[in-house]
Parts: sequence; structure tokens; C-alpha cells
Amino acid sequence: MSTEITRGPVDKSIDGGIKYLDERYGTSGFIKRNIKKVFPDHWSFMLGEIALYSFIILLLSGVYLTFFYKPSLIEIVYDGSYLPLKGIKMSEAYASTLEISFDVRGGLLMRQVHHWGALLFVAAITVHLLRVFFTGAFRKPRELNWVIGVGLLVLAIFEGFSGYSLPDDLLSGTGIRIASGIALAIPVIGTYVSFLVFGGEFPGLDFMSRLYTLHVLIIPGIMLALITAHLMLVWFQKHTQYPGPGRTNNNVVGYPLMPAYMAKAGGFFFIVFGFLVLLAGLVTINPLWAYGPYMPDQVTAGSQPDWYIGWLDGGTRIMPNWEIVIAGIGTLSLNILIPAVVVPGIMFTLLALYPWIEQWITGDNRAHHILERPRNNPNRTGIGVMSLTFYGLLWIAGGNDIIAQMLDLSINDMTRLIRVAIFVAPPLAFVITKRICLSLQHSDKERLLHGDPTGRLLRLPSGEFIEVHEPLSDNVKAVLLARTELPMLQPPAEVDQSGVKTPKLWAKKLQHRLNRWWYVDQIPMPTIAELEAAKHHAVHELQEAQALGLEITHDLPEPTKSH
Amino acid sequence: MSSNEHNETDNQVVPVTQTSSEVRLPNSQLPLHVLRRADVDPIAAGRAERQVSIMFLLSAVFTVLATITFFAIPVDKFIRVPGAGVTQASNLALGVTLGLAIFLIGTGAIHWARKLMPDDEVIQSRHSYASSNQIRESVMQEIREGGIESGFATRKIVRRSLLTALAVLPLPAVILALDFGPMPKNELRETLWTKGMRLVTDPTGRYLRPEDFSVGSLVSAHPENLHAWEEENHNLNARAKTSILVVRMTPEQLRTSQGEGWDYQGIIAYSKICTHVGCPIALYEHRTHHLLCPCHQSTFDLADSGNVVFGPAARRLPQLPLGVDEEGYLVALSDFQEPIGPSFWER
Repeated sequence: MSTEITRGPVDKSIDGGIKYLDERYGTSGFIKRNIKKVFPDHWSFMLGEIALYSFIILLLSGVYLTFFYKPSLIEIVYDGSYLPLKGIKMSEAYASTLEISFDVRGGLLMRQVHHWGALLFVAAITVHLLRVFFTGAFRKPRELNWVIGVGLLVLAIFEGFSGYSLPDDLLSGTGIRIASGIALAIPVIGTYVSFLVFGGEFPGLDFMSRLYTLHVLIIPGIMLALITAHLMLVWFQKHTQYPGPGRTNNNVVGYPLMPAYMAKAGGFFFIVFGFLVLLAGLVTINPLWAYGPYMPDQVTAGSQPDWYIGWLDGGTRIMPNWEIVIAGIGTLSLNILIPAVVVPGIMFTLLALYPWIEQWITGDNRAHHILERPRNNPNRTGIGVMSLTFYGLLWIAGGNDIIAQMLDLSINDMTRLIRVAIFVAPPLAFVITKRICLSLQHSDKERLLHGDPTGRLLRLPSGEFIEVHEPLSDNVKAVLLARTELPMLQPPAEVDQSGVKTPKLWAKKLQHRLNRWWYVDQIPMPTIAELEAAKHHAVHELQEAQALGLEITHDLPEPTKSH
Repeated sequence: MSSNEHNETDNQVVPVTQTSSEVRLPNSQLPLHVLRRADVDPIAAGRAERQVSIMFLLSAVFTVLATITFFAIPVDKFIRVPGAGVTQASNLALGVTLGLAIFLIGTGAIHWARKLMPDDEVIQSRHSYASSNQIRESVMQEIREGGIESGFATRKIVRRSLLTALAVLPLPAVILALDFGPMPKNELRETLWTKGMRLVTDPTGRYLRPEDFSVGSLVSAHPENLHAWEEENHNLNARAKTSILVVRMTPEQLRTSQGEGWDYQGIIAYSKICTHVGCPIALYEHRTHHLLCPCHQSTFDLADSGNVVFGPAARRLPQLPLGVDEEGYLVALSDFQEPIGPSFWER
């Protein structure tokens, strides 16, 4: 539709602005290249958007909170308007948080927007990461952006924990106490680290202002830089897309940025923002006035961290009490180091390196812009579900006291059960997931060859019963046929042609073995000949059905053009 | 790169298998674009336009309401909401009005985009971002040349001395960090408890006597000088170490102690700070004499020297030897005989 565009005063000022910028910075070339940039559309692509928008909302609400909050552990006597705590000694940090909650109009709302926003932020990052993992979006050429994303997740967890600790209420102080215990457990230098971090003994008076600088400046600063890089790379490399009709590895199918995508993405920011404000108005989060000020000799039963720390806490809970005392040298607290440092370290390292691990096994060095359906990569999907099971069990362990109480179980039995399950359940989850994926591959192949069963049975003159199958639509076919297969790697030669021994032969052999394991179960795609034969069979079947007077609603498939 | 990797130099993917690629060809067009009602029916378009503008206008109304709310509802007014309990009235009203004001802009914009803006799917081709081999080669060449021209590649001594200088430069950063706090001395081994120090309750500061304890009762206590110490030092460091739990058992119940005569007529005192990561231990089950840490469920048996019976803690709770002074008040016989709280390397 070409509507006549009349040039009013607004247009003239826009034109003027474009001219002004272009004469100075040559911006028009960039805008020209990008204003119609195409973005593929899918609900799962909004997960990263939610994370981005929550981050912006966190910056806005966080800046507001800094105007009132005092990162000070100096003890004062509370004299604000929350009566139950009046006259009680507490830190300035806690008192200022109470002031935000009870003496500043809209202060509680902003605090709750900030807290809900943080919970949503880490959740959105996590689910976005799962989407990227299970669809193989991290593959070449996007490996580095995957690493940036993993870095952002780690930073988001630290940022969340540091923010949770700022109010200096009883719960947040308990979290800091645990952190100090972890610092003390570091071999050799732990005591020194703890004294430097806390400016002496725990709790001291220094850690709050230091934590505050980390929370409002250093971590968000690094995150802002990484998010910018993350988005620039998405922009530059163009977004991946799901398989479908017309979608190839060499194109992007979707909606242009201007106007529809811009309106949708911009509108979605307001939806996320509005949702968080509504949530903050309607549902109380972290009612820290009910916990009281932090005292190192007080604690509440059932203390729980925010959800994204739960798995770390859970690991610490189910760990057996191994401590090694090396006579004359030192005490090695494996009961703390393994769940709080070693296991998370290994988990995040493997997560960050996963693109290269998979690439090494598959030998797949191609660039991928079409997303893979999880079933089409059963090992990756299995590994993902296995890791989720591991994470989920740790997370459950983090709430073992509450779950045991709710289900009326012995907390000791529950802990022992998780100690066993953490080793048994993940491999089991892998095997089950892989089998499900392979079954789905099998069913895809069946559908490609025979179409979808209609449930209508026919008796042929010969007495044979057949079920009428409906041919797949082109749209479905495009999705099912988008799977690409790679031949397995050849076994490595022990020596090359001139008789020189292959360097790192053991690594190549291992790669070959893993490669075989990766691909050996795959259901092969139907060959052209098979598809052709199936089509002839379908035509024949439908003709017979027609001859028997059955109404055929679909066109008979045409034989594939020969190439 | 090894020969058995599947290499593409320029990001363009050539399908590897014979099967999928050729069959995919006939399908490689977009599905037919279906026109929306608003595209063909001016009445539907008009309705969509009205819906969008109503959302925007409603947003403005809610912004006005939020402003009124801000002034009208005092911040200290609380109301009871059925199902949600007592809540701050201004938070509820502001949240709902402001939330809707923001939310409706979002729904309006998206409704606008979905109903009235063009919804044709567009195909854009991807361009390989890899540069041509020629350019890549010339870049490598230029960098090599730069290394030679600058002398970085050829003048070994200059290069190595620069790298040495850069390698040691971070040292001052480490040194500067050393004054983030004092070096540890004996702080992790010493507390305020000394011989003859009376036990007081917290927060009332009442001296404790053996008669205050019936069998099974549990009291949280501090040294009598803690209050004065905190007045002087303005921090919670001493409190984080001195806190104890005092409990009375019958002599039959009390199976073992960490030291001979450390109990007073069945009254025993243990550090309240968990030996795992330092949470205060609060949950006492007086039937089993087990003390449970709410943080990670380490469980200690107070009838058996405070030993660990379950959970991640590796060490028993340190016991404070108790006695009675000449006026009949409970006192410590000495400081703890081992460090309280979490383990550390030098323990």
C-alpha cells in the first residue's frame, strides 16, 4: 500500500535532524542498512528480551534506591515510622531500607520492583540460556556470544547476591556470614582473604560499603559492557531462525525492524515493566521489616536465599562433612570447598566451553543459522536434561528443610536420598531423554515416508485392510527435512603417508570414539529413493481409495521432479 | 586443522547429505501471506484503531490516578486485602495504577503492530561476514610487518624487558589491597570469655544462676562485659564469637563432656556458632539433645560432647567450661579451648 505522504512540520524537522547528523557523522548509511533489518519471530526469542528489559528496569529502580539507601554498618537506634522496630538498635543500612519502605512515598514499590526485577532477570537469563542450548544456537559462528552470555549469568548471580545482602536484615546478614565461612575455607590464604574482605574480623564495619560499590558500580558496569557486546554481535551476525518453509541457512525470514518489529519490541518493554510494577504492588517480596536487624547470634528457621542461590546452598547442605587436617600444615575444608567452589567452578567452565566440546566431538565446523530441533541432536538434548536434573536436585536440596516439613519427612532421610539421587538421576535422565529424542526422530521419518495416519480404514478388494494416510503439508515437510546429517569421522590414521606417527594420536582416537557414540544411534534421514517410493505408494493407496468411492480432500502428491 | 573435520572456509553451508537438500528445494518459498481483517475491511481497521487509542488513553488516565494516589494516600496507612493480608495501601494503589499505566502502553503498541502495521514476512539474505582470503592474508602480512618494523618481533631484549615490566606491574595493585584489612592475629582463637566471667542473658543482661535452669531448658547467653565492649567498639565482632547456648540435663542424660568438670550440676554451655560456615544454631530438640543449624542442617549432640551427628559440619561445637562464683552466679572457667566457628587453614 503506498499512501501519499504529506510533508508536515514534523516531517521537516525529522528530515532536518537526519541531515544534521549525516553531515557530521555520516549516519544515514548505517540507518539505511539497518532500518529494515529483518528479525525472525518466535516466542522463545522474547526470553532474552525479557532479560534485557529487566536489566534496564533494574538500572532505573536501582538508581532511585541509591538516593535513599546508606551503605553503613554504624549502629543507630531506629526512630522511623515502623512501630514494631522503634527504639531498636540497628545498622544505618537497615534503617535506611526501612525508611525507603515506610517513609518514602513509592519507596516500597520501587524496592519491590527492584527485587522482583532481579528475580525475573536471572530467571529470564536462565531460560534464555536453555533455549539457546537446546536449539544449538551457540554453534559456529556464535560461540563467543555464548561465552559472553555465560559470563552475564555468573555476574547476574553475584549481582543478585550482593543486592540481597545490602539491607542488612537478619536474612541477608546470614548470607554474608555464610560467604565469610566460605572465604575462610579457601586453602592457605583463606584467613587473609576473609580479613581483607571484611576489613578484619566478621562482620566488622567495612564490608557493606565495599559490597555497595560492587553492586552499584563495578558489576553492573561490566554487565552493561557485556550486554552491549552481546547485542551488537546478535545484530551483526543476524538472528538465528527456526526451520520452516522458505528458511535456509543463507537467509533470514521475519519482520523488518521498522515499523512492526520496533513497535513490538518497544511495546514488550512496557509490558515487562508494567508487569513488574503490578507484581510489586500486589505481591510482597522480601518483607525485611519482619526479619529484624542482623545480629550474628540470631537466625530464623527455614532461612532461604533467593531462588538462584538455592542450588549453591543445596550443594552445601547435602555435602558429607569431609575435612582433612594435614598435621602441621593446615585444615582443608572439603565440606565447604567442594560444593561452594569446586562444583560451581566445574559447572560454569563446562557450560562456557560446551560449544567447543561439541564441535570437537562432531567435527562440525560449519556455520549454522538454522536452529536445530532438540530431538535432532539427542546427545546434546540428553546432556542438557542431565545437567538440569543435577541442578534441579541441588535446588531441591536447598529447600530440603521446608520440603521435609511440608511432606512430613525426616530431613536426614531426605538429605541421604538426594545424596544418592545426585549421582543416579542425571545419567538416567540422559538415557531417557536420548531415547525419547530418537523415538521422535523415528516418528518424523515415518511421517515423511507415510504421511499422517487419518484413522480411516479401508478394505481392499483383495481383503487387505489399509489405513489412509494424509500427505504432510509443505510447511511441515520443510521443518522435518531441515535436519542436516554429518558423516561420522574416519578413524585416525596411525601414521601418515610418509610414515610419520600422527601427533596426539590418543586424542584423535578419543575424538573418533566419541564421534561414533554421538552419531551411531541417529535415525538416518529418508533417502530420495525412499521418499520417492513412499510417494508412489501413497499415490497408489489414494487411487485405490478413490476407486472405492472414498472422498479425498487432499490433492494427490506429484512425483518429485527428477534432478 | 585435521583432515577429517568438515570445513567450510567462508561460512556458506553446502548441505552434506543427498537426501534433505534436494527435497527441500520445492518447499523453499514462504507460505501464502494471509490478509488480516483490518487489511481488507475498513470497519475492522477502524475498530482496531479505536482499541489501540483506548489503551493509550486509559494509560494516561492511570498515570493521572497514580499521581492522585501519590498525594492522597498517606504512606503509613495499612489496609487488609482479602487473601493477601495486611499491606501498605499506597504501595498497592501506586503499584496497580502505575503498573497499568505502563502495561497499557505496551499492549497498545503491540496491538497496533499486530493489527495495523504491515505483517508481510520478508526474506533477507545473509552475507558471509568472513573477508576474502586475499584480505585476510594481507592483514596477516601487515601484522607481521608491523612486528618487524616496530622491532617487537626482532629485538628480543626490548620485547622481553617490556613483557617483564608489564608482568610485574600488577604487583602494586596486590600490595594496595593488603591494607583492605589488618592481618589476622589471634582473633579467630580468642573471645571475651575469661576465667570468672559471668553469664548474662541477652538482651536483658540479667546474671544467670543455676536455679534459673530447669532440666531441658535452653538459654542464649553472653559474657557480662559484651555490652560495655560494644559501647566502646561499635561493632558486632565480639558478639559473633562469644554467643553461647546454656542447657541443663540430668547427670544420666549427659553422657560425655569435652572436659572433666566442665558442667555445673548438669548445666553445660556450647558455642552457638556453627562450625560449618558460622550460622547461629537455634533449633534444639530437647528429647534427643540434638541441636540443629537452620542454614545447612548440621546436627550436634549436646549430651555427647557436642559431636556432629549429621550434616556438613566437620567439627564438634566447642564447649565453654562452666562453674559458679562465690555469689552463686554462673561463670566461665576459661575461654573456649578451641577456635569457635568455621574452620580455617591455620586452625
